[in-house]
Amino acid sequence: MDEIIGGLVRAVELILTLNPEVVQVTFRSLGISVTSVLLASTINIPLGGLIHFSDFRGKRALVNLIHTLYSLPTVTVGLLVYLLISRSGPLGWLDLLFNPAGMVLGQAILITPIMLGLTITALDAISRDIRDTTMSLGASEMQSLRAIAREAQPALVSAVLLGFGRALSEVGVAMMIGGNIRGHTRVLTTAISLETSMGNLELSLALGIILLSISLLVNLAMSLSQRR
Amino acid sequence: MAILELQGIGLYRGQSWILREIDLEIARGEILGIIGPTGAGKTSLLRVIDLLEEPGKGRLWFDGKDMADRAHRLEGRRRMSMVFQRPAMLRGSVWDNVSYGLRIRKTAEPVIEEMVADLLKQVGLAGYRNRRASTLSGGEVQRVALARAMACRPDVLLLDEPTANLDPRTSQRIEGLISRCHDICMTIVISTHDLSQALHMSDRVAVMMDGQIAQIGRPDEIMEQPANQDVAAFLRAGNWNRRGG
Repeated sequence: MDEIIGGLVRAVELILTLNPEVVQVTFRSLGISVTSVLLASTINIPLGGLIHFSDFRGKRALVNLIHTLYSLPTVTVGLLVYLLISRSGPLGWLDLLFNPAGMVLGQAILITPIMLGLTITALDAISRDIRDTTMSLGASEMQSLRAIAREAQPALVSAVLLGFGRALSEVGVAMMIGGNIRGHTRVLTTAISLETSMGNLELSLALGIILLSISLLVNLAMSLSQRR
Repeated sequence: MAILELQGIGLYRGQSWILREIDLEIARGEILGIIGPTGAGKTSLLRVIDLLEEPGKGRLWFDGKDMADRAHRLEGRRRMSMVFQRPAMLRGSVWDNVSYGLRIRKTAEPVIEEMVADLLKQVGLAGYRNRRASTLSGGEVQRVALARAMACRPDVLLLDEPTANLDPRTSQRIEGLISRCHDICMTIVISTHDLSQALHMSDRVAVMMDGQIAQIGRPDEIMEQPANQDVAAFLRAGNWNRRGG
C-alpha cells in the first residue's frame, strides 16, 4: 500500500513539475489521436450520411456488420495494418511502419466502425421527423439536410469524442505499428506498458493519471454536448 | 377553381395499397374535414397532398400545376404547411422554431421579428420567445407547431389530428386559431377522429374507409344520408363525447 501511495505522490510531482518525458509522451499521444479522429471523422461522418440516406440491397446487413465491428480487437487491426504497410505490403512504399503517420492510419481504421455506426444511429433517430417537419415548412432538400445535420450535431459530437477516447486508450495498434520508439512513437499507453514492466511505477502512474484525466474530460464534454 | 385536385391517387406501402383511387377536389378557402377509423389512410392522404409521399398511382395538381413535375414541387410545398399529430420541435428556442419557415425563405429580419411576435401572441405564447422548445408541454408544442406553420402564410394548411390528446380548453384555443386561419382565406384540410369537431368546423367532410373516400359532402348531408352501412356504422360509433353530439 505504501508503495502505491508513494508512487502516486511521485506521479503527481512528475506532472506538476512538467517532467519532459511525461509532457512529450502526452502531447504525442494527443497529437496522434486527434489527427486519427480528424481523419476518421472526415471520412466516416459523410459516409455514414450516405449510407443512411441511400437505399440499396444489403444495407441492413452492412449496418449489422458495422455494429459487430464496434468491438474489433485492437491487435487485429494492428496486425491488418501491419500487413498493409510493412515493407512487403501493398502500402509498404509509403514507409508508414514505425512512424506516427502509420499509427494515425491504424487508429483511424480502428475507430471507423464506431464513428460510422454512431453516425448512422444518430441520423436514424431524428431524420424522418425532422425531414418531414422541415419539408412541410417549405425547405428544399439541401435545407432539410442541413437541419437534420444540425439536429444530429450533439450525437455526432458524441461519436467523435467516443472515437477519440478509443483511439487514445488503445494499445495494440500503437505497439504493433508504432513500435514504442522513445522520442518518436512512444505514446501514453505504450509508455505505461513499458514503464510498468521495467518497474518504473511512479512514471507509469503519472501517465495513467493523465490518461484517466483526459478520459474524464472527454466524458464531461460528451455529456455537455448531449444537453439540448 | 380548385386549389387542389387529386385524380386516381394510390399509395402502396408495406404489402398493400393504403390509399386507393382517391379522387378529390378542394376549393380555395374551404375547410375540408377528413374523418374515418384508425388506419383508414387519413394521415397518408395528408402526406401525399403535402408532397411528403410520392403516390404510386394518380396525379395531383396544386393551383393548376401538376406536382409530378419536379420543377413545381418546391413551389407547391412552399405554399402549403402541415401540422403533424405529434409535431417535432427543432433544436433551439420557440423563436427558432416559429421563424424557421421564414428564415429558409430569406425573409428580412425585421419582418420575421414582427411576424413571430404577432403569431406567438395569437397562440397565447407571447412570453415563450426564448423558451427551449424541448421543455414545452404537449399543448404548447401543438400551438408552436401551428404558429410555425401559419408563419409561412400558406395557401393550404394541413392539420393532422391537431387536438388529439389535448385538454378541452387547449383544444378550443386551437380550434379558434384554425377559424382565424379560415377567416384570412386559407384553405384548410383537417384530419380528425373527433366527429363533432369535423362536423362543426368543416364546410365539407370526407369519410375515409380502407384507403378510399367512402363519402364526401356537407356535414348535414353526411349525417342525414350516409352513403352506405359502413359510413352509418362509423358515424353511430363515432367519438361524440366532447360536445355531446
